Amino acid sequence: HSLPSSLRPFSSLPAPAIGSPIKSSIASITDKSQFDESNAYTSDLLKELNSKLDSVRKGGGDAAVERLRGRGKFLPRERIDMLLDPGSAFLELSPLAGEDLYGSISVPSGGVVTGIGSINNTLCMIVANDPTVKGGTYFPITVKKHLRAQTIAAENKLPCIYLVDSGGAFLPMQSEVFPDVDHFGRIFYNQANMSAAGISQVAVVLGSCTAGGAYVPAMSDETVIVKGNGTIFLAGPPLVKAATGEVVTSEELGGGEVHSKISGVTDHLVENEKDALMVTRDIVGNLNVENGRLASHFTVQEKDAVKIDYEEPLYPPSELRGVIPVDPKKPFDVRKIIARVVDGSRFHEFKSEYGTTLVTGFASIKGQRVGIIANNGILFSEASLKGSHFVELCCQRKIPIVFLQNITGFMVGKRFEHEGIAKNGAKLVMAVATAKVPKITVIVGNSFGAGNYGMVGRAYSPRFLFQWPNAKTAVMGGEQAAGVLATVKRDAIERGGGEWSEEEEAAFKQPTIDKFEKESSAYFSTARIWDDGIIDPADTREVLSLSLTAAMQEVGDTRHGVFRM
Amino acid sequence: LLIPSRTMAVGSIDKIIIANRGEIACRVMDTCRKLGVKTVAVYSEADANSRHVQEADEAYCVGPAEAKDSYLRAEKVLEVANATGAKALHPGYGFLSENASFADACNSAGVTFMGPPSSAIEAMGSKSNSKEIMIAAGVPCTPGYHGDDQEPEKLKAHADDVGYPVLIKAVMGGGGKGMRLVHKPEDFLESLESCKRESINSFGDDKVLLERYLTAPRHVEVQIFGDTHGNAVHLHERDCSVQRRHQKVLEEAPAPGLDQTLRERMGEAAVKAAKAVNYVGAGTVEFLMEAGTDDFFFCEMNTRLQVEHPVTELVTGVDLVEWQLRIAAGEPLPILDQDQIKTKGHAIEARIYAENPARNFLPATGHLFHLSPPTGEGVRVDTGVRQGDDVSVFYDPMISKLICYDENREKAIDKLLASLKEYEVVGMPTNIPFVEKCAAHEAFRKGGVTTGFLEIYADDVQIPEGVEASDTAKGLAALALAIEGIKSTNGFVDNGFRLHGREQRILNFKSNDDTTSQINVWSNRDGSYDIEVSPDKVFTNVKGSYDVANRTITAVIDNKAFKASAVISNDGNDRVVSLWSQEAGKFFEDKEYYAAITVEGDIVGASVGSGAAGAVLSPMPGKIVSVNYAVGDVVKAGDVVMILEAMKMEHPLIAPGDGVIGSLGGGEGDLIQDGQQLFVVEAEEVAA
Repeated sequence: HSLPSSLRPFSSLPAPAIGSPIKSSIASITDKSQFDESNAYTSDLLKELNSKLDSVRKGGGDAAVERLRGRGKFLPRERIDMLLDPGSAFLELSPLAGEDLYGSISVPSGGVVTGIGSINNTLCMIVANDPTVKGGTYFPITVKKHLRAQTIAAENKLPCIYLVDSGGAFLPMQSEVFPDVDHFGRIFYNQANMSAAGISQVAVVLGSCTAGGAYVPAMSDETVIVKGNGTIFLAGPPLVKAATGEVVTSEELGGGEVHSKISGVTDHLVENEKDALMVTRDIVGNLNVENGRLASHFTVQEKDAVKIDYEEPLYPPSELRGVIPVDPKKPFDVRKIIARVVDGSRFHEFKSEYGTTLVTGFASIKGQRVGIIANNGILFSEASLKGSHFVELCCQRKIPIVFLQNITGFMVGKRFEHEGIAKNGAKLVMAVATAKVPKITVIVGNSFGAGNYGMVGRAYSPRFLFQWPNAKTAVMGGEQAAGVLATVKRDAIERGGGEWSEEEEAAFKQPTIDKFEKESSAYFSTARIWDDGIIDPADTREVLSLSLTAAMQEVGDTRHGVFRM
Repeated sequence: LLIPSRTMAVGSIDKIIIANRGEIACRVMDTCRKLGVKTVAVYSEADANSRHVQEADEAYCVGPAEAKDSYLRAEKVLEVANATGAKALHPGYGFLSENASFADACNSAGVTFMGPPSSAIEAMGSKSNSKEIMIAAGVPCTPGYHGDDQEPEKLKAHADDVGYPVLIKAVMGGGGKGMRLVHKPEDFLESLESCKRESINSFGDDKVLLERYLTAPRHVEVQIFGDTHGNAVHLHERDCSVQRRHQKVLEEAPAPGLDQTLRERMGEAAVKAAKAVNYVGAGTVEFLMEAGTDDFFFCEMNTRLQVEHPVTELVTGVDLVEWQLRIAAGEPLPILDQDQIKTKGHAIEARIYAENPARNFLPATGHLFHLSPPTGEGVRVDTGVRQGDDVSVFYDPMISKLICYDENREKAIDKLLASLKEYEVVGMPTNIPFVEKCAAHEAFRKGGVTTGFLEIYADDVQIPEGVEASDTAKGLAALALAIEGIKSTNGFVDNGFRLHGREQRILNFKSNDDTTSQINVWSNRDGSYDIEVSPDKVFTNVKGSYDVANRTITAVIDNKAFKASAVISNDGNDRVVSLWSQEAGKFFEDKEYYAAITVEGDIVGASVGSGAAGAVLSPMPGKIVSVNYAVGDVVKAGDVVMILEAMKMEHPLIAPGDGVIGSLGGGEGDLIQDGQQLFVVEAEEVAA
C-alpha cells in the first residue's frame, strides 16, 4: 500500500524495471532517407498546426483584447497560468474547436478554453470563457466543448473550476444551443449531478454571467466574484427596462457587492482578477482532495507514516482566558478565538460579508483540516442559510466541523417571522442534524434556546461537547423566562380586576431568575453529563486536536433530509 | 598561562545563578560549562523557550514578560537562588547588575554577588561623588570650577586655569538652556553675562560652574579587575568612540594610535581608581581623551562586566568570566604581575541589532525566519537567539555581538567587513548595512575617530530606505520562486508543459526602495526559464537549482554562473525573497551584496472585504445603549459608531467606510425599530 503522493518524500524511487527493452534491430531507424522524408513532412504539418494554434491564442481580435485589458482583465490562458501551480502542466483540450464552422463568424477555440492542470496539488478541470470571442457567448461548439470538459471531469472525478465571463447563449443560434439534451441546460444538470457525486464545482465570476450564464455561479458549490467587473443576473439592465420599466445599473442589479452582501449568490468578494484567482487557489486547497481521493480518507497508517508539519497559532492560546468579556452582553469578535485555536491563525473565511452574525470558514488544527462555525451574534435568516450551505460543503468534502457556540438564540419579531426565520433556522438544524462528518462543539459563552440546536448542542450528537467555565445553557435567559411568567400572571390578575405592584412582580420573578441562574451554569450541566467536561479556555486547541484525531477514525456519508424552502 | 580547571567547581562554587537573559546569560554559561560549574537560569514568561533557558542546567520562571515584573524582581531571583543552592550570582549587565542594595541582599542571603561590594557600586553611582574620590586618588578628571566664587572676574581667572575651550553651565540648568561654550579668553565675560541672564530668567538662579570642553573627545575605557585580597590589575583599554546617542556601535581593543607610555598611564590611572573604592571583580573605568593630545580624563566607572568585554578577551587571552568566578570564590587574581598581562593582535566588535537604520533606527521586532551568522577562524558570535526565535518588544533588540580578531587592525577590519556580508537575517530589518558602512569608512580605517564620528560623517553612513534590486537580483529572485513553487508530486507539476505556447507567470516585484516592476517568467521545456526583468532586458534560458534546505541558489544567467543565498518568506499576502551574493559587489549593481524583493499579492489568504460609505439601518428592534460619535465626526471603516442592545446582546454598529457622520437617527436610551436609519457616513471630499 503506497503513500499518497503528497505524503511521500520529495525524492522518488527508481521505477521498477519490468520487461526488457524492445530489440534495437526492431526499434532503431534503419532507413535514413525515409526518416528524413517523413520528418520533413511532419515539420510542414507542424508549421500549419502551430500557425493555427498561434492564431487562436490571440482570441477574438486586437480590439476586443484591448477592451479586455482596459478593464484590468486577462485572456483565458493567462488566467489559467495564474491559477495553476507554478510549473504545472496544462493539458489543453480541443484548442482548434470551432474552426471554420460558422462561415464568416470566427470562434477561436470555440470561445472557451478547457483543460486539466494542478491547483494546490489538486488536479482540476478548468473551463474558461473567452470574453474576447463574441462576448464569451455560447455557440453550439462552445456548449459541446464545455460539456465534453464536464464529461472528462465526471469520469475522472476532477473538481471543476469555471472562469466565467460570458453573455450567455449566442442568441442568433438559440435553437441550436438552448433546448436539446446536449444543449445549454445540460451544463447545469452536470453541475448539479457532479456536486451530488462529491465532485466540487467552483465558479469564478470575472465578467458578466447573464441569463443562462448566471446559473454557472448559482449552481456552483462555492463562488468568487470580482468587484466592478463581475455581474450576475438573469436579465441585464436593457431587458429589465423593457420588461418592467425599472431603470438600474448593472452593478446595482447584480454586482459583486450585491451578491456578496445582500443576495448571497456569491461567497467571496475580491478587488481584482489576480486576487480572485488566488482566492480560488485557496478554495481548491480546501476541497480536501488529493489525486481524486479525499484527503481525509488516508488510512491511519498513511497518516502515521508522516509527521504533518503545522504552524502554531500566531496568537497564544493562553490568551483565550482573556478574550471573552465578563459581561455576557458585551460583544467581541469570535475570530479572536479562532485566531488562537487554528494553525498559523490562518482562516479562509466563507461568505464573510453575508449573514455576518455567523462566522464560517476553513482552517487547520494541528494539521487536520476543519470547517469552523462560530457565533458572532444572534442568528438571522441569512446567517442560518449561510451556515446550512457551509455544513453542506463540509459534508461533501468530508471535512469535520468545529462549532464554537455562543448563542442567545434566533432573531424574534414580526419581520423575521414573516420572512421565515423558523424555516430558515430549521434548515441549519436539518443540516447539522444529518451531517455525518465529525462534529465537535465547544460552548464558549451562552447556549440558549434553539440556538443550542442549530449550533449542535448535546441533542445533535456532536462527537464531543466541551464547555468553558463561563458557559451558560438554558432554554432562555432567567430574566426573559421570569418576564414571560410574570406577563402571564399579570394578565390573569388584571383580567380578574386585581392589581399587582412592581414590588410584588419583582418578588414573583426572583425565584425564577435564581433557578435559571443555578440551572444554566456549566457545573449544573457537567454534573448531569450534558457535556464531556469543562475545559480551561487555554486548552481549547489541544482538546480540539485530540477530539478530532479520535473522531476522524470514522467519517460518515451524509444524506440530508428535506430542507423546508 | 591558564590551565583549564578539571574540578567540578571553582573553589566552593559549584553552582551559580545568572540573573540575566540573552547573549550575556549564554556567555556566562559557556565558561561555567568549561569549569564544571552548574548554572541556574531565571526567565520571564516571554523567554520560556529562549536559548539561555535551554542551555542552563536548571531554569525558573520569575514572572511576566515586562522586566520590572520578572528580571528586576530582586526577591524572586534570590528566592530561586536559595531554593537551588546557587553559591554565587552573576548579574550580567543591565537589570540588577549595578544595584547596590541588591548586591547587599545577595551577600546577606549567602549568595556571593559576582561584582564589587555595594560601597563601590554606590561610590561610583554618583557622578559628583565619584569625581571627588577620583581627584583625591590622583586620577585625572575633567578640569573645572564648581566653587562659590561667582564674581565675573574671579570666574574668568578660574576659566583661564581650567583652559579653553571652556563650557559655562548654569548650576540649575537643563534642557540645553544656560550653557555657553567659550573658545577664547577675550570672549569669556560676554558669554558669562548672557549665560547668567538666561539662567536667572529660566531658573531664577544665576550660579554657574565651569568645565573644560573637549573638542575632539575619544571614548577610551580600561578593563580592570580587583580581588578580595586587595589586588587590582588592568587588562588594557578599549576604544568605543563610534557611538550613536551614547549607544556603542563599534568597539575595539587595543585603542588605535595610542603610544605605549600613554596606554600604561591610562592603565595605572584605572587601577588607582579601582583601588580607591576597594574594587572587587570586573569593572571598567571610562575616560574621555582629547584626540591628538595625551590628555585623558575620568568620566565614569561601570561596576559590571561590559557588553564589549569580548574584545579584551581576544587580545589578552583571558576569560573574564572565569576571573569573575575565581574572584567570587575568594581566590586571588590569576595574574598579579601587571607586566604579565599583554595584548596581542586586534579585535573589533560590532553590535548587531534588530532595528531599521533607514528609519531613524526604529527598534524592530519579529520572528527570526532565517538566521545564519558568519563563521570562521577569529570570528566570534555571542548571541542569545536562534533561528525561529522571536525578537520581542520587551527587551533590548540585540541579535548578537559579532567580534573579529586578527593579527593587526587592518586585517581585523577586513575580517569584520567580510563577516558582516555573510551575516544573514530574515524576518526583521537589522543595522548590519549601517555597521558595515561605519567599519568601512575611511576615517574609521585610519583610526582614532572621536565620539562625533557618526555626526560628522552622517551622510556617508546614511542607509537609504532601500535600493532598487539589480536586474540580476530580480532574475535570481524570479528563478528561486519558480523553482521553489514546484512542490507538488502529482505528476502534473514540473516544467509547465503546454501543447502550444509556454507557461507564463507574471510577478509584481517591489524592491526595498518601493520601486515596482512587472516581471514575466516563461518556462521552457528543458527546465530553463526566460525571465523578462524589464521591458528591454530578458534573460533567456536561465537554468539553475535552488536547494531549499540549504537556502542556496545556483544559476547561469547571461553565461555567468552565480551562487547566492536565497530565503523565501511570507509577509502577509506577499512573498519576500532575500538574496545575499557571496562575492560582494559582483552580483548586484551599486556594490550591494544584499537585496530583498517583495512579490506582491502572491498569496491571498482570505477574501477581500469592502466598505462603502452610506446609511446604516438598524438590523433589528432594540435600544441604543451608546453613541460614540457626533454629527461631523470623522470615522474610519470598522469604527463602532453605536451600540444597540437587543436579544440579551449588545450589537456594535460599525461605520461601513471612511467618512464623516452625516446624521444620527437616535440617541442613548432610544428604542429603535427594525430597519430604522441609525446613522449615515458621508464620504469626505478629497482635497485636490
